[in-house]
Amino acid sequence: MSQAPAATAATTALPAHRGSGSTADLVFEHACRAAGVLVLVLLGAIIVSLFIGGWQAFARFGAGFVTSVEWDPVQEVFGAGVSIYGTVLTAVLALLIAVPVAFGIAFYLTELAPEWLRRPVGTAIELLAAVPSIIYGMWGFFVIAPLMADPVQPFIIDTIGELPVVGALFQGPPFGTGLATAALILAIMVLPFIAAVMRDVFLTVPPVYKESAYGLGCTTWEVMKGVVLPYTRASVVGGIMLGLGRALGETMAVTFVIGNANRISTSLFGPGNTIASLVALEFGESELGSLKLSALLALGFILFVISFIVLATSRFLLRSRLKA
Amino acid sequence: MNGTMTEQTSPTPGSPPQGSFGGLAARSAAAVNPTARISIRNLEFFYGSNRALKGINIDYPERQVTGMIGPSGCGKSTLLRVLNRMYSLYPGQRATGEVMMDGRNIVAPEVDLNDLRSKVGMVFQKPTPFPMTIHENIAFGVRLHEKLNKAQMDERVEWALTRAALWGEVKDRLHGSAMGLSGGQQQRLCIARTIAVRPEVILFDEPTSALDPISTLKIEELIDELKQDFTIAIVTHNMQQAARCADQVAFFYLGELIEVAPAAELFTAPRQQKTQEYITGRFG
Amino acid sequence: MAARHAGVAQGLGRRRRRADRIIRALCVLATLVACGFLVSILGLLFYRGFGALNANIFLEVTKPPGSHGGLLNAIVGSIIQTTIGTAIGTPIGLLVGTYLAEYAQGSRLGGMVRFVSDILLSAPSILIGLFVYSALVVPFGGFSGWAGCVALAIIVIPIVVRTTEDMLALLPNTLREAVIALGAPKWKMVVLVCWRAAASGILTGVLLAIARVAGETAPLLFTSLGNNGWSVDLSKPFPSLPLTIYAYAGSPYQDWIDLAWAGALLITLGVLGLNILARGVLRKKA
Repeated sequence: MSQAPAATAATTALPAHRGSGSTADLVFEHACRAAGVLVLVLLGAIIVSLFIGGWQAFARFGAGFVTSVEWDPVQEVFGAGVSIYGTVLTAVLALLIAVPVAFGIAFYLTELAPEWLRRPVGTAIELLAAVPSIIYGMWGFFVIAPLMADPVQPFIIDTIGELPVVGALFQGPPFGTGLATAALILAIMVLPFIAAVMRDVFLTVPPVYKESAYGLGCTTWEVMKGVVLPYTRASVVGGIMLGLGRALGETMAVTFVIGNANRISTSLFGPGNTIASLVALEFGESELGSLKLSALLALGFILFVISFIVLATSRFLLRSRLKA
Repeated sequence: MNGTMTEQTSPTPGSPPQGSFGGLAARSAAAVNPTARISIRNLEFFYGSNRALKGINIDYPERQVTGMIGPSGCGKSTLLRVLNRMYSLYPGQRATGEVMMDGRNIVAPEVDLNDLRSKVGMVFQKPTPFPMTIHENIAFGVRLHEKLNKAQMDERVEWALTRAALWGEVKDRLHGSAMGLSGGQQQRLCIARTIAVRPEVILFDEPTSALDPISTLKIEELIDELKQDFTIAIVTHNMQQAARCADQVAFFYLGELIEVAPAAELFTAPRQQKTQEYITGRFG
Repeated sequence: MAARHAGVAQGLGRRRRRADRIIRALCVLATLVACGFLVSILGLLFYRGFGALNANIFLEVTKPPGSHGGLLNAIVGSIIQTTIGTAIGTPIGLLVGTYLAEYAQGSRLGGMVRFVSDILLSAPSILIGLFVYSALVVPFGGFSGWAGCVALAIIVIPIVVRTTEDMLALLPNTLREAVIALGAPKWKMVVLVCWRAAASGILTGVLLAIARVAGETAPLLFTSLGNNGWSVDLSKPFPSLPLTIYAYAGSPYQDWIDLAWAGALLITLGVLGLNILARGVLRKKA
């Protein structure tokens, strides 16, 4: 929207129809603005309600709630450490897997694919983003987890698992479910979001930049590496952060495959949980007004804060693209 | 969009003061046109703190075509957008001075803008058909200001389309989408839509710059036809067009009105050096 | 000397071309793998779900294991909640998007609303469930279909906001000026012309929003809870297809697991179908 020239503060032109006495105009404008304010209130209400709900737990455990790894409903001792660890670990692992693949897809769709193939392939990737979370959970549980249990995990345990230091990450019984499987499913789920942002920002590079690089004899990959990526770097990182934000809060799919154990396992093949999966599973067993319910709401508050920071960063990095 | 943006360029700092031209122009305008439909005195226009029009004095004679010419950024489109207060849409744009029409100053804040715009219609550079049928396009504007029954409305639509020389081409598809018309037809539809409201003044902002030569010719003929009933102001980049269509022509430069005179006079014997240079193509 | 230079350049060129070929191949592979995931998901759903599909699913409500139940109540519940959630969220989202595109240019409030709406667009849906639980379920005495509808509406709003603002922003400004030049008040310009001109784009957004909330599970866990019987009373716990799938997929009973697969197939086909339809609407306009 560029129709309004930069307004200087001193000028106070009357809004278009104020003088025309059209009350309908005022009513409509205020209705639109009120709806906008409602969105702000909504976000505020979400933050406040989660914080108030979690207050009992925060008050009881203090700052230790965030770091404590204990979660014992019988003793009424609750700590967020394990689920924060699981949330961050799975989300970051998911990105490590998803980013290169998403980049490959975006590169393929913008530079390599023949024209007639771009739309169907692009649609297929977008449909991957539309599949409901719970379907990913079932697919992960019935297809990916068995594949992980045999042959993927035994193979890795026998090879990489034997190495010093890094081997510790790949040991233990091959359950199939666990942190690594959850990260893999999350990677597949956030993949289309990251790929879509990357594709869109790659398309914003003015062709003349690319053409001048091709004119120097650069290969397609060198043009991508030397021109397109530097030109779109901030937006690409923004797209990755968007994927991270999605991965952090994903619930149903993770619940199916993470193994749901409240302990920190050194091995990526071990079971764990995330904030979202813990809340989804334990919520049904918490009574109204109980300390446990408060702890779950406190977990929700923490998840909200983390997601907010990640999504706000993403939006900040993507703002130049949004303006374009 | 382009039109508004280019007109916002501020005058080059350090250009010589040309205030005397304004007074001269006003005198000549008054001499040429005794019955003015709109008369402007000491109009100044600001985009924020940029002064885009300086001390404009000009009369728009009743049932005549006034052509407005000048290089990009000279203020001609800005002046056109003062005449229907289009600028009031945008905060930060304002006008001072007198723009008298029917005994009222239309740049005064208390003016009813919807009412003003029903009296001063506008046709834009690019055709702007609304996403509805041809019939609805015409009826849209009429309904804003009048309550007509179906028969009266049909009659009005036919009248407007006939006056815009479009009736014969569209009478069989009045209820088809207006988006399906050709560019020239769309522009005549916009003219029909404007006259259907029965304004007194019609503003044309480079109405043919997006059209092919044949469509351009049709629009020019139409403008000639319409001046029997309407007072017309037309902004154009095309001097031949101004010579063909206009009764009087005003030349603008850097936000000032340099000269206004009957078309034949301005193009054959301009009184100002700047006008001479512009019409002989030495700049602009 | 010259010959040696040429040789070096040739070797370098070979290496560069080889790197290019390898990267290209990896990109094709990445795309194939991603498409393979989609095929694998659809294949699994058809393999496990198609056999379980039968008329009973649409005629019988959910029943205890072993008594030939169906999914009728869950399907109807999902349709009702999705419809009401969309019906609440769409007008609000439409107004917010209109505010951002037509009224808020450059204003601080507009910038904040846009920012917050984009945050809500990607915020974890389970948190919206927790919020509605605290704000509606607890104060109004229990899980209810209405609470579920509100949770879904909150998810719908930012999706409609984004598409509405984007679509209105694409309209040429002269269109707006042309309406105003006829003497129309601004609200008529927005409602009668701008909304109409952007209608297909806005419809696309609404269809995508429906597709998104139709498959949502997490926000319903704490709001409408689910209901194993026939219920169209929105003030009580309310059945929905994703909740039933979640409950049945993890159960030990084979007939329930089969029902879960059938439901999963139905919901995925519905959601993907809506997505394809939405794209078609947008393309037809373009």
